[in-house]
Amino acid sequence: MEKKRSSYTNYKPEDISGVKLSEEKYSVIGKSVPKIDGRVKVTGQAKYTGDLKFPNMLVGKILTSPHAHARILSIDTSEAEKLPGVKAVITHKDVPSLKYGISPARWDENIFCIDKVRFVGDKVAAVAAVDEDTVYKALKLIKVEYEVLPAVFDVYEAMKEGAPLVHDEYPRNLNAEIHQNFGDVEKAFAEAYYVRTDRFVGNRAYQAPMEPHSAISIWENGKLTVYCSTQSPHYFQYYIAREFGMKMGDVRVLKTFIGGGFGGKLEPTGLEFAGAVIAKMTGRPVRMFYDRADMFAHNRGRHRVHMEITTGVDKNGKILGVHANFIQDGGAYTSLGIATAYYAGAMLPLTYDFENFKFDMLRVYTNLPACGAQRGHGAPQPRYAFESHLDRIAEHLGIDPVELRLRNARKPNTVTPNDFGVQSCELTACIEKAREISGWNEKKGKLPKGRGIGVAVGSFVSGAGYPIYRTDLPHSSAIIKVGEDGTSATLYTGANDIGQGSDTILCQMAAEAMGFTYENMKIVAADTETTPLDFGAYSSRQTLMSGAAVKQAGEEVKAQILEMASVMMEVDVGDLDCREAVVFCKSNPEIRKSFGEVARTFFVQKGPLVGRGVYSPPKLGGKFKGAAVGTSPAYSFATQISEVEIDEETGEIDVKEVWDVHDCGQVINPSLLHAQVHGALYMGMGETVWEEVVFDDKGKILNPNLGEYRLPTALDMPKISSELVESYEPLGPWGVKEVGEGATIPTMGCYNNAIYDATGVQVNSLPLSYEKVWRALKEKREKEKNKEE
Amino acid sequence: MQAITDNNGVKRYLITLNVNGDSYSRVVKANTTLANFLREELDLTGTKKGCELGDCGSCTVLLDDKPVDSCLVLAVEADGRHITTIEGLAQHEKLDKLQESFVNNAAVQCGYCTPGMIMSAKALLNRNPHPSEQEVREAIAGNLCRCTGYVNIVKAVLAAADEQ
Repeated sequence: MEKKRSSYTNYKPEDISGVKLSEEKYSVIGKSVPKIDGRVKVTGQAKYTGDLKFPNMLVGKILTSPHAHARILSIDTSEAEKLPGVKAVITHKDVPSLKYGISPARWDENIFCIDKVRFVGDKVAAVAAVDEDTVYKALKLIKVEYEVLPAVFDVYEAMKEGAPLVHDEYPRNLNAEIHQNFGDVEKAFAEAYYVRTDRFVGNRAYQAPMEPHSAISIWENGKLTVYCSTQSPHYFQYYIAREFGMKMGDVRVLKTFIGGGFGGKLEPTGLEFAGAVIAKMTGRPVRMFYDRADMFAHNRGRHRVHMEITTGVDKNGKILGVHANFIQDGGAYTSLGIATAYYAGAMLPLTYDFENFKFDMLRVYTNLPACGAQRGHGAPQPRYAFESHLDRIAEHLGIDPVELRLRNARKPNTVTPNDFGVQSCELTACIEKAREISGWNEKKGKLPKGRGIGVAVGSFVSGAGYPIYRTDLPHSSAIIKVGEDGTSATLYTGANDIGQGSDTILCQMAAEAMGFTYENMKIVAADTETTPLDFGAYSSRQTLMSGAAVKQAGEEVKAQILEMASVMMEVDVGDLDCREAVVFCKSNPEIRKSFGEVARTFFVQKGPLVGRGVYSPPKLGGKFKGAAVGTSPAYSFATQISEVEIDEETGEIDVKEVWDVHDCGQVINPSLLHAQVHGALYMGMGETVWEEVVFDDKGKILNPNLGEYRLPTALDMPKISSELVESYEPLGPWGVKEVGEGATIPTMGCYNNAIYDATGVQVNSLPLSYEKVWRALKEKREKEKNKEE
Repeated sequence: MQAITDNNGVKRYLITLNVNGDSYSRVVKANTTLANFLREELDLTGTKKGCELGDCGSCTVLLDDKPVDSCLVLAVEADGRHITTIEGLAQHEKLDKLQESFVNNAAVQCGYCTPGMIMSAKALLNRNPHPSEQEVREAIAGNLCRCTGYVNIVKAVLAAADEQ
């Protein structure tokens, strides 16, 4: 049989005798290959969820509450139902009443409100019709009778006895309370040379991804398929199945292209749930969507944190103890906010080496849109407070701010007071390099009037150490299938490219591990039916975690290729290696066969050539309550320095240049990595200077659009220099760590410190708007004038 | 413009647009936006909708060679005029220089703003083949990008201009 089959083939192996193999350590990783989806995105061929069309598809939208807090007395959908073209109108009566939420810590959301609405934008009903015009008309025809209730918009008001309760089950509107105490902070303060307390307030910021959320639901034979704007098909699948009492195997969640997420697309929205119900009712595919204002109302953006921070230092500026006392405005629901609350404190000790740390936090419900995980999850605002506060301490002690940070910078192979193990840590090198490339020593204290320079540092997880819901499932897995003629290989991964480029770098990693070429890699990703489990794009986890699974899968392919080649070439397998799709003898690289020929022979003789990989993080963290949040196999470190010029007449902040130096381990794709730094810094800068969701006194958003929310434009961006330091993370595949979120974290503090350096005034609330700077300067001038008089 | 009135008394207009070199005639309502016309009538979904208020620029197309937010232009206003969308830039397999430059300079992340961004840049290079960095920034100031900080986008446009 074997003989006969081979005599039938016209197969001619590729001539690889002339292929010159790279002499570098790696052939594929460490190179700035173009993005695998670059071409479809520049030609307009890339289809996002809202671009998809299915035969007979309806379109639908959710009716939201106009009141911040109100009892629902009645809902009359009859007029809407009569409108020609309307195919379904649903309310809480038509959907499961099971409460859900991305965080099992507090499931407090319903698909549609049952008894009352809790913020302007809360979900009340949904309509599906043949076209958008009809949908908008029908929404207006739904009559909801409300009894308006007193509402709370401020955390301090919300915590008062007798304040209206957002959820009856949570007295004083306390959604979460955290009290952690490591070491002995009181003793540290008693022994300190200088103890200082400062207070800061953050802002409500929103992710504002360019692609609005949408979801297309399709039912076929008891199976539900949902195409949606998601950062995690797996979590969506889990929660959709749970909500409808379905087997996970009967729910398929997948995405096409995602137009950015930044944390805002991590949890299921009303769109998936309502769409699933309507699709079942009507037997037709339904596309549900948010418009831009709906997105602002759905929110899940940055929490506004009220921060009081106290630090005790010795004479040399060595930090002895820190007490962080925070209150966080959670909005009307929990979302991922319990984790956010823990992160807010847990991330502080990562950058500096001190043993005594106390962290108190209250997360408070208010009648405002729910907050969740936004880039840098919980860390940026506390970091702004801490870094601004440290500069005041440095000033008091007469120590240069960079020097103060160097004296306290965390070292590799250390453990934080809250039990986070840190292996690689080149923070010292980051600070030193940032000082050098920014010209800090030549500039600090020597810049002309109105100009200033500031520094701040940061650190972030390379993937959360524990899943969002309790499960023993591995965090990442991958399959690589080599094509039958060996000329291509397809990576199947649940990892999710939301724009950051994971499809590209995971294909680079696959090719490297297999000894293959990037150009011949294909990828199928983020589809719960065709790809193996991965928790998705959040907590900067994919390069390390998905990468580890992909590396293992690639190595399994390579091992099989070498074994096959050993038989074909009659060479000991130990003398064989494979790179750039060439299998060769290590003792004599001229003796070679093409990867394709070996893979093809493998297929002919043994069937599909497949490699599998799986990753679970090691057991991490301590034993105290909340110990899991903030654990990670590895942490990135960063230093930012910025130089600003302040117009004392107007308060205008002109950022001249920003220098970011990152320790993100080994780099898979330098150009994509620096692009992540640019974007993270941009987002941090927006929140620092302009961005803030503002409300009227009835809890209605005043700026639910991209013009008045004020995303920075190309004209607002300063010159950015992104640099790296040499670093290798032992727990990451090829030594990698995160980069996508870390660069958002130092920006607020770094700008604030530069503004102080320029003007001598400190703005203690975000955003550091021109108006606030102007007011602070005016106050300073008046004070000085009064002194003179 | 020829108009017909349907049974509900809604007037519809017959319009003919030249899109990417081809002529299309359709009957549209007065309030149909050019963005919706392109996406729904012609399935040219490369033109993205990010806000439908003219804030984000994702729906930028060229209307008689000038960049416009197609969500702010009515389809009836575009009657008889020439429109270029992102799908009209590449010549068969050959990408436009700007498209190539966006790929090569890592100027694309999520890609949602990319078509509009490229169209604004195209309009700039058409009228000013060798712009300064400031001119590039001004030309794309109406196009919001949430991923890149515009760093590599500006670089890509300047690199494409250099090649011309």
